[in-house]
Amino acid sequence: MIPTSLNAWVATPEIFLLCSACIVLLFDLFVSDARKQVTYLLTLLVLALTAVLTIQSLQQGLALSASGVSAARFAFNHMYVADPVADFAKLGMLLGVALVLIYGRSYAIDRGIFKGELFTLTLFSLLGMMVMASATNFLTLYVGLELLSLAIYALVALPRGNVRASEAAMKYFVLGALASGMLLYGLSMLYGATGSLDVYEVSARIAQAQFNPMLLTFGMVFVVTGIGFKLGAVPFHMWVPDVYEGSPTLLAQLIGSAPKLAAFVFVLRLLGEAMGQFGPLWGEMLKYIAILSLVIGNLAAIAQTNIKRMLAYSTISHMGFLLLGVMTHSEIGYAAAFFYAMTYVITAAASFGLIMLLSRNGFECENIADFKGLNKRSPWFAGMMLMVMFSMAGIPAFVGFFAKLSVLRALVDSGLTWLAVVAIVFSLIGAFYYLRVVKVMYFDEPEGELLAPAGELDAKLLLSLNCLLLLVLGVFPNQLLTSLSHAVNLTMAGSAGMMLQ
Amino acid sequence: MTLALFYIFAAVLVFGALRVITAKNPVHAVLWLILSFFTSACLWILLKAEFLAVSLVVIYVGAVMVLFLFVVMMLDINFEELRKGFWKFFPVAAVVAAIMMVEMVLVLTNRYAQIPGAELVEQAPTVQDLGRLIYIDYFLPFQLSAVLLLVGMIAAIGLTIRKRKNTKYQSPGEQIAVKAADRVRVLKMAADAPLEAPAAPAADAGEQKPQA
Repeated sequence: MIPTSLNAWVATPEIFLLCSACIVLLFDLFVSDARKQVTYLLTLLVLALTAVLTIQSLQQGLALSASGVSAARFAFNHMYVADPVADFAKLGMLLGVALVLIYGRSYAIDRGIFKGELFTLTLFSLLGMMVMASATNFLTLYVGLELLSLAIYALVALPRGNVRASEAAMKYFVLGALASGMLLYGLSMLYGATGSLDVYEVSARIAQAQFNPMLLTFGMVFVVTGIGFKLGAVPFHMWVPDVYEGSPTLLAQLIGSAPKLAAFVFVLRLLGEAMGQFGPLWGEMLKYIAILSLVIGNLAAIAQTNIKRMLAYSTISHMGFLLLGVMTHSEIGYAAAFFYAMTYVITAAASFGLIMLLSRNGFECENIADFKGLNKRSPWFAGMMLMVMFSMAGIPAFVGFFAKLSVLRALVDSGLTWLAVVAIVFSLIGAFYYLRVVKVMYFDEPEGELLAPAGELDAKLLLSLNCLLLLVLGVFPNQLLTSLSHAVNLTMAGSAGMMLQ
Repeated sequence: MTLALFYIFAAVLVFGALRVITAKNPVHAVLWLILSFFTSACLWILLKAEFLAVSLVVIYVGAVMVLFLFVVMMLDINFEELRKGFWKFFPVAAVVAAIMMVEMVLVLTNRYAQIPGAELVEQAPTVQDLGRLIYIDYFLPFQLSAVLLLVGMIAAIGLTIRKRKNTKYQSPGEQIAVKAADRVRVLKMAADAPLEAPAAPAADAGEQKPQA
């Protein structure tokens, strides 16, 4: 159906990233342990150059769509697509991964994981995410997912002497493998039902009624289950708190930020594009998953005393919100979910960055009590944490509010007002535990000695910028929101256009 | 002619397979297994499945069996001990074998289980077809799987390599550079003097303490 051609230049960002990851891997051999800063800077340079290439690809796509041509450019024999959704998501992932490395630098040095593998495996996990964002074939989607997961399992297990990290890696690995199995089984059923692995081909066959409905529904259940596992949505959420708590904070940040964007695009392609015709059916499944995630995520977070576990449960509730946007199966819903995922990456990065800033050699800042009296120690970073917590709670003027608002608007537009009300009620409950952190910082007396936040100047500066960005985006959300919804519209229109062929 | 070749190969295969399970010496058994694999590769060639044949030789004969040989030769397994329970487990093994036999007969003789074998042979994928699939149609997933293996390798090395302190290891460079004077100390002493405890030669010159 599609002319056979490699058209490899479309995938320049990924090809560049792969080649430079291999170069970093080799280069690192010749760098002594004491001078890993060189590898670190090289990795950041790679991320910056990949971002430049991605921006070029994005501009190309937008220019194409402005001139009336489809913005989607295919490569590798229809296995890969570069469209604005993929490019925006990749930019978000690049930012997320760069922030992990910058915020986590002194944390990693203190804990002896500032090693070559940290950088190469992070780059490979990023490659996996980028492939997931651009894949238009179930096979490529799956391989990208595995690339991401495998690199992260290894990263979590990297501090070998740390029993909790090994335990977290083991749990993550076993449950991740189970989820992959579910997903793969579901995908094989879809292949059996439609006879194709191509996202657009599957969608076209469904539209032309050339499929086995029973087998397709059966496969879809497994696909949704697999996605639920990967997103960490209830009832497949058990691994999230343990993994967040056990893994080094910098890897918790890696797990909790950029992959959520990849997972969103994954859901968009798999459910929205390939099985768009079955929107009501999987929408119903996602609806219950989302409600359960909101309920359990927010209620369980209240009981936590460990801030990493609290953030884990908060992630679960945020994923519930994201799924609420997706389940409407409307362009406005996808755009809202995309905006949600994008801003969540920035917010999560800031929250973990602050936790790492307060940790130092021999002291792991992980209990909410460790934030007691932060205002007395460092008013500036207490203010930053306040912004992050307000944004996560969805208090107006911060970006989290607009992310939640756009999802709610999509719900109301789809006539699901009752669902919007449920979401608001549980956000209000959730606000309790975010505000508790604020209360602890400002109104509790500090315990023990007053330690100022550690960390390098660049990390502090960037962290401040990151937190201020939450406010800036909260005041001016329209620019980002319109570009993202434009991208989603282009992709959905492109997918509808493909189906008509 | 093909039929004659088939019978020759089949006979060698059956003989080799029988020797695998009857050979007393496990090393011989592995060698017979290599012969069986090689002969079945010849059978694949007769069926025009040259890729399967080549990969069987390269992967099984070339890699897996060599590994087997190493394992068999290196592990100190008491094979007499293993053979002891033979008659005890024989009834179970016989039942399993009988079930497998019946299943095979069912598949091979039942009219409903017949597959159009001749057609399959005509359509058997050639190396060229596989190459086209791997390097054109599925180029991206194939390359990414290679990256996945690379990541697996990095992860395995990263998680297991460790520089142990206090281990003694040989440093060939220093071993070569060692001089006779480092090893043997020539003592001059009066021939009629009472025998002292001989000074220990510095025999450990080659075994260096690790650099911390």
